[in-house]
Amino acid sequence: MTTLSLTAARTWSRLPRRHVPVLATGVLLLVLYGVGVSQYRAFSNVQVIFNVFIDNGFLLVVAVGMTFVILTGGIDLSVGSVVAMTAMVSAFLLGRGAPAALVLLVALLIGPTLGFLMGCVIHFFDIQPFIVTLAGMFFARGMCTFISDSSIPITDGFWTRMSQERIGDPSGNFVSISVLIAFVVVAVAAYVLAYTRLGRNVYAIGGNAQSALLMGLPVGRTRIAVYTISGFCAAIGGILLSFYTLSGAPLIAVGMELDVIAAVVIGGTVLTGGSGYVFGTVLGVLVLGVIQTLITFDGSLNSWWTRIVIGGLLFAFILLQRLIGIRYK
Amino acid sequence: MNSDRSGARALTGHRLFWPVVVLVVLLAANTIYRPGFLSVQLRDGHLYGSVVDIVRLSAPLILVALGMTLVIATGGIDLSVGSICAISGAIACLYISRQPDQNSLGGVLTALALALGVALVLGAWNGVLVAVIGIQPIIATLILMVAGRGLAQLVTEGQILTINSEPYKAIGVGHLLTLPLAIVIALAVALLIAAVTRRTALGLIVESVGGNARASRLAGIRSARITFLVYVISAACAAVAGFMMTANVSSADGNAAGLWVELDAILAVVIGGTSLAGGRFSLGGTILGALLIQTLTTTVYAMNISPQTSLLFKAVVVIAVCLVQAPGFRARFVRRRAPAVAAVTAGEQPKEQVPA
Repeated sequence: MTTLSLTAARTWSRLPRRHVPVLATGVLLLVLYGVGVSQYRAFSNVQVIFNVFIDNGFLLVVAVGMTFVILTGGIDLSVGSVVAMTAMVSAFLLGRGAPAALVLLVALLIGPTLGFLMGCVIHFFDIQPFIVTLAGMFFARGMCTFISDSSIPITDGFWTRMSQERIGDPSGNFVSISVLIAFVVVAVAAYVLAYTRLGRNVYAIGGNAQSALLMGLPVGRTRIAVYTISGFCAAIGGILLSFYTLSGAPLIAVGMELDVIAAVVIGGTVLTGGSGYVFGTVLGVLVLGVIQTLITFDGSLNSWWTRIVIGGLLFAFILLQRLIGIRYK
Repeated sequence: MNSDRSGARALTGHRLFWPVVVLVVLLAANTIYRPGFLSVQLRDGHLYGSVVDIVRLSAPLILVALGMTLVIATGGIDLSVGSICAISGAIACLYISRQPDQNSLGGVLTALALALGVALVLGAWNGVLVAVIGIQPIIATLILMVAGRGLAQLVTEGQILTINSEPYKAIGVGHLLTLPLAIVIALAVALLIAAVTRRTALGLIVESVGGNARASRLAGIRSARITFLVYVISAACAAVAGFMMTANVSSADGNAAGLWVELDAILAVVIGGTSLAGGRFSLGGTILGALLIQTLTTTVYAMNISPQTSLLFKAVVVIAVCLVQAPGFRARFVRRRAPAVAAVTAGEQPKEQVPA
């Protein structure tokens, strides 16, 4: 009995500091959900949780890509525009009668190519990621309107099937295929970060790029890889968004990069890099989703409260990271 | 002959050489497209012309970029300026719209003072987060960037507030001594900041904090106080820019006012040769950068290209200017391409497939 409690106490005190933000996010998520359930009767419906996933599946995928970039200490501002560009290109090509498989391939190649190019510029010419991805953001957004000034509807059979397919249990709760794709991306990303060399390199570079270089790690290759991964995730996010909205619009997902960065930070990833988990990012996205759902359920609060609450949460979590002493450069 | 060549090299090597070249090329292209482009006329005692318009429209960007220059000189960054523009414009318009007489000068001045006060408080909030609590600037100001838009909409209650106030409108479209008032204000702020930073030791102190905050503190400079100060100045500049933006259209829109101005301002600063790493700044370069961005936007409008597509051109210019200024890029073209580069790029291919 005594030994048991002693061990328990010791494990608690040994709880690594870098786990604290993720745990805090988990607790916050439970509290938010608890508030929802206690306030609104319909909130306890399982479908509410499923809807959070359905509405935020694309955000989740993009946030996973952003986690890689932020773990190396970089930032990718181009994701929102790449999401829009991917959806736009898909809608445009489908409208021209291209086969769905070819469109998928082309759309999924655009994001990683742009990410690869941005990574090369960042690495070889040593220009700040902030500026390079800003240019990427302008480029992708400009391409959207270059393709079309107005929204293009998608009527392709494959797309509508993916959009309307419901995978559910007998009691009527369901998720869309997008949610399953998002889960696969999360699982693969978590595996890559935790159990592969690439993942270790990402953490090493985020911890200290200079030391990583001196240790003989492929810093340049890894850095280019994370921007490519982020571009690829943004492309998948764009496809999921086009499944969700069944259209491509030039001004869709404007400012999405802010939500994505906020989700990653709330999920406990430190913006200077080197510390964080994909699981935390999942929790971060869920927190944003549940807040939105709460505000929708309330009805009297306006949409701008979402932004204010997200800003407040960002502040709280950054302060928490600061208080528990996670290093800031 | 020899001195000629070294003179030419010094000229092309100057950090503002390429931005000036791009600006001249843009102006030349406009003149060819529309021969009357450069003409400036005096009508009713006011100056009119495309060039005057470009300078007038770039006034808010110049203001924001000037504040941003000081922040970046300390090695920080201020992402919240766009939100501060929106909030200050919204508060000023809200106060004026509640006045019985919207044209009373006293009411407008009170509104401006009130909005400026709120902006200073917001700047102080950023300053405390960065200088006292020690949060990384990009994140500290991200908080206000996200929440600020919500606050601006809270002020306007999600509506677009329209006002009908001549004195307020004058900030955006009025004239003073033949020049548009906006240009006069931007010029005055630029001169004020230049005088305070370059005629006193303040500029040097700001640069030393950017170079190494710890070393300057050990040298007897109150680094934290300087860092705090630059965020307050940046917020004040953003507030004045917010007045101009809302005065231009006589209405405050919490969503659209000052949208993406922080990115344009950072671009202007970078094009102007100020390093994002801090430790050095050039106010003249920043103004040049802001003018370059506005000229580009106006050129695209004048050539009947969709405004959003202008982003494409902006991306090209940003990358071109940054590449030309990057030491890494220059070194690569002076020396031959290192063979290791090709090897790394080739080794990259299999890695791309990992997340799929």
